Amino acid sequence: MRANCWQGKRKMSVEHVPDPKILNSRDAIVKVTSTAICGSDLHLYNGFVPSMEQGDIVGHEFMGEVVDVGPGVSNLKVGDRVVVPFPISCGSCFFCRKEMHSLCENSNPNAWMAEKLWGHSPAGLFGYSHLLGGFAGGQAEYARVPFADVGPIKVNGGLTDEQVLFLSDIFPTGYMAAEACDIEPGDTVAVWGCGPVGQFAIQSAYLLGAERVIAIDRFPERLRMARERSRAETINYEEKNVLETLKEWTGGRGPDACIDAVGMESHSPGLMYAYDRAKQAMMLESDRPIALREAIMACRNGGTVSIAGVYGGLADKIPFGSVMNRSIQIKTGQTHVQRYLRPLLERIEKGEIDPSFVVTHRMSLDDAPQAYDMFLNKQDECIKVVLKP
Amino acid sequence: MATMSSTENITSHAETPRMTAHQLAQRCARKDTVRIARGLGWFSIGLGLTELVAPRAVARLVGTNNHSSMVRGYGLREITAGVGILSTRQPAGWVWSRVAGDVADLASLATAMNSKRNQRGKAAFGLAAVTGVTALDIWCARQLSAAVEGEAGRRAQTEASLIVNRSPEECYGFWRNLENLPRFLSSVEAVRISGERTSHWIAKLPDGSRVEWEAEVIEDVPSRAISWRTLPEAQLPHSGEVEFTAAPGHRGTIVRVRMDFGEAPLRMKAASLIGKGPAQIIDKDLRRFKQVIETGEAITTEGQPAGRRSSVTWLDKIAR
Repeated sequence: MRANCWQGKRKMSVEHVPDPKILNSRDAIVKVTSTAICGSDLHLYNGFVPSMEQGDIVGHEFMGEVVDVGPGVSNLKVGDRVVVPFPISCGSCFFCRKEMHSLCENSNPNAWMAEKLWGHSPAGLFGYSHLLGGFAGGQAEYARVPFADVGPIKVNGGLTDEQVLFLSDIFPTGYMAAEACDIEPGDTVAVWGCGPVGQFAIQSAYLLGAERVIAIDRFPERLRMARERSRAETINYEEKNVLETLKEWTGGRGPDACIDAVGMESHSPGLMYAYDRAKQAMMLESDRPIALREAIMACRNGGTVSIAGVYGGLADKIPFGSVMNRSIQIKTGQTHVQRYLRPLLERIEKGEIDPSFVVTHRMSLDDAPQAYDMFLNKQDECIKVVLKP
Repeated sequence: MATMSSTENITSHAETPRMTAHQLAQRCARKDTVRIARGLGWFSIGLGLTELVAPRAVARLVGTNNHSSMVRGYGLREITAGVGILSTRQPAGWVWSRVAGDVADLASLATAMNSKRNQRGKAAFGLAAVTGVTALDIWCARQLSAAVEGEAGRRAQTEASLIVNRSPEECYGFWRNLENLPRFLSSVEAVRISGERTSHWIAKLPDGSRVEWEAEVIEDVPSRAISWRTLPEAQLPHSGEVEFTAAPGHRGTIVRVRMDFGEAPLRMKAASLIGKGPAQIIDKDLRRFKQVIETGEAITTEGQPAGRRSSVTWLDKIAR
């Protein structure tokens, strides 16, 4: 089959590789019909995620048709159309029983390594480094899905791939970020980053009862999407001082909740960016948390900072005094996708939201390397790429 | 098991005062040695910085000429050793690295003494000073090494524990059926029951060699603990114990494994460099036990496709 493989920093290539096989009894093999490039794939592309190896098949947002199931899978059969959540979860450990699927204790065969870096290991993920299991990803013609009796959700034929594909990651990710804000009627929520996760965070905040959502970015097309499709007010941080503007718009108090949908490769027009780039280049920090710092400083006293953006290691100059003295609570985590599949699919079926609005580009799997380059450089107003194998 | 542990408690209580006094004396001695080691660490950093910043002045002081880049190199070496000593709780290795550095210094100074271009008087002074420091380094390194060996001995003893989402009865039952063991003990290929309390084991060590042994169960407390040891003539003599304790709040079982490989073969210890030392293997195998009992089998990626020859990489091999 053909698969998109990581070859090194800023280098992807589509290779002919062997077809995946059932390796564990609870596996299924899915023939991928649609797969997407996630903003967090760009962290891999830029070489910021440790323990990637030449030849790793990437991709963690995918869906398709079941073509083979292991003897331990009884709830799926060949021919089923499924969306696959990006965390791999066993369904029976302490955390899976608590519906914290991205913390599954049994799905990362390399947990020992993750413990060295993070203290404890989270779940294994598709196509996201050897630290997180070294599992082959879904930007391929076929994918092996471990614990297939727990993760994948069946979808009926009435909905298109693009309407349900994002259940695999970005829709639940934006939703969980908004849910973590414990939104009350009248609340104002600010969202840093108007990429796909930011868009879903904005829309989810409204679904959960926010009065007002303010979105922050610098790319005009993303700000436009936030305004026109997601109904947010917007701030272009290259034109306006974000902290001052947020204060002004909230009578000095600040947003009730702030969502960081940017993560470890944050950008700012000021000196801070040069400082963090330099530290990152010298390996004095692995992540540059510019949006996170701003989200903390902007948040109202006693408010919530919810982090959906991916961080990998160590970040510097987090204003923790501001967090502590102003009773700010921080909520974060890789998304417990399995928990949200059913309720969010229902919202899609009822027409409360149509996630396909984020798609700007549809390309062939063979063009994946060009798609990464285009997505990274925001060429052609690229916001979300769906690849067809 | 219940009786066993209470007997142990009584013995250890009786011996407590004498043991403590002895240990206290040992600990005080070690504390002093560590203080001296830290002093040597700071000395290293100070000297290293001087050598780095003012190599000519240092060279002049010991009567040699030029050689700035060499002195700078020595400075870097000193700083590395100093930082090493100050940033670890077991500085023995780093103090030994100072001894090696001293030897290099002495060799350089001796060469300088033999050269007519240099001032021999100053070089002799340098030689005397370094000899003094070398003596202190050797004494300190030996003390520290002795303390380390006194603590752990040369024995490869190791312990690991993990919480498992199953009852102590289930965990015990699964483990007690010895033929289940190869399902999660990664280096064990087969276990065959050979008698009422004995079993025959075939294992593959990280270096690829195959070893066999006969083991006997020496203690077996249903739902609580199992312990075993190898019979004489075993190719890899060892003993082990596994304990199953109910976790608080009905959160499953804390499984604790203790292994003692006695004077383990050097190749076993060397394997820790590639993540396959005894302690690391037990840690990982315990995780596999948890996976097998909670989900049915240990999850793998071996045999999956990749854009390279092998499905798993060197990183996976270290981590598993």
